[in-house]
Amino acid sequence: MNVQELIQLIDGRLLTPDCNLDREINGGCSADLMSDVLAFIQPDAVLLTGLCNPQVVRTAQMSDIAAIVFVRGKTPPPETINLASDEGIPLISSPYGMYELSGRLFKAGLPSLEMPISN
Amino acid sequence: MSPGNSKSKSRFDGKIITDELAGSISRVEELAYILKVSDVMTSDIFSLHPENTMDDVMASMREHQISGLPITDTKNKKLLGLISTEDLIRALANHDESASISKYMTSDLVTVNSYDFLTEALKQFARTKVGRLPVLDVKGHLTGIITKGDVNNGLLNALQKDYQEEEVRRYRASHLFEDIESDRTSLLLRYDIKHLDFTHGGTASSNIKRALLRLGANPQLARRLGIAIYEAEMNLIIHTNNGGSIHVEIEQQQINAYIWDDGPGIADVEQAMKPGFSTATDDIRELGFGAGMGLSNISRCVDKMNLQSELGKGTHLSLQINLKREDSVGESYPKNK
Repeated sequence: MNVQELIQLIDGRLLTPDCNLDREINGGCSADLMSDVLAFIQPDAVLLTGLCNPQVVRTAQMSDIAAIVFVRGKTPPPETINLASDEGIPLISSPYGMYELSGRLFKAGLPSLEMPISN
Repeated sequence: MSPGNSKSKSRFDGKIITDELAGSISRVEELAYILKVSDVMTSDIFSLHPENTMDDVMASMREHQISGLPITDTKNKKLLGLISTEDLIRALANHDESASISKYMTSDLVTVNSYDFLTEALKQFARTKVGRLPVLDVKGHLTGIITKGDVNNGLLNALQKDYQEEEVRRYRASHLFEDIESDRTSLLLRYDIKHLDFTHGGTASSNIKRALLRLGANPQLARRLGIAIYEAEMNLIIHTNNGGSIHVEIEQQQINAYIWDDGPGIADVEQAMKPGFSTATDDIRELGFGAGMGLSNISRCVDKMNLQSELGKGTHLSLQINLKREDSVGESYPKNK
């Protein structure tokens, strides 16, 4: 699934118009704790989050996240959007909640890219 | 000299460009406001004079393989008109090939200036439906011709240049170690991190990751170090009295990172290393941090980690990544699969 297809699937609104919408997404991860994301996410995932500060974008950049979806129609502040535009990371706002979105994406064939805890 | 900008075609025309609107301006639209007409126009142009005949027009069009040409004053380069294939067809239909150009040329002209932004030419193309516009210099003399094809080529070249600049940077940086000879070459990157500066949190790690990619490091490795340094950088922002420093020393075979601060120090290092242990306040947790994963996450991303801390004195964290190893520590998790 690419970013364009993702946007359609979740009735999303693209907040960063210049980003590459052909970028392939291999799976997903839902989290509000950025440390969890940094610890357990694998590359090329879509991140579902309710957190709107610029650290979300930094986290995405460090973890090679393919796109960020803000749940429940949240719109991040301009500094978050500007940073994402600069770094070329697509930001999408979707009206659905995190559970609904995770379900939709899983059903559409996007596996979890969050590594389980081993011990 | 460009009449009638009133009915224009830019979708931003007449609107005050707000931050929100500015966010939706594409790179191409941006370039149309950066590039000048003179950057993309054809300046090596062939022109005729009013007293030349329509026969001359036909011969010139054939010879130069063009479908239109400007008519200028014999003495100075003042633009008098434009002649196109349509004008030539009219003359041929009248069996009037020997007539002088002045009889058939269009003298009611839309022009642009060489110093106009490209967007001005785009407006005139949209407004007038013509395929080519004569370009005048500061003195009002003909200096070139701009076609829609010129605009497309100019924009594509500029986009290509954007792309190439990053490629060139990457190329130069990736040869740094080969180009500079010493017994042991290293590149030292230094960053000062301010306490509670959440706005810039992650800038240092972001720059370090970019530097590694430009130096030609494999993306997995850049990701590992990026995550490790980002966690450490956030620790300096959240958990120190006065912020701290990050030094990253890059060598061909290994990367060492040193992150230190002057307090408050960690009471129990072993406990701090345990996943889930955190001293972060609710404020910090609201920002998405303080899950107690930072230090254990750092250790998973690097090959060697050493954490020294003394209460009241400060904390010194040193990290090492060995560049020879292909497999990434962070990615191989969980290990028993």
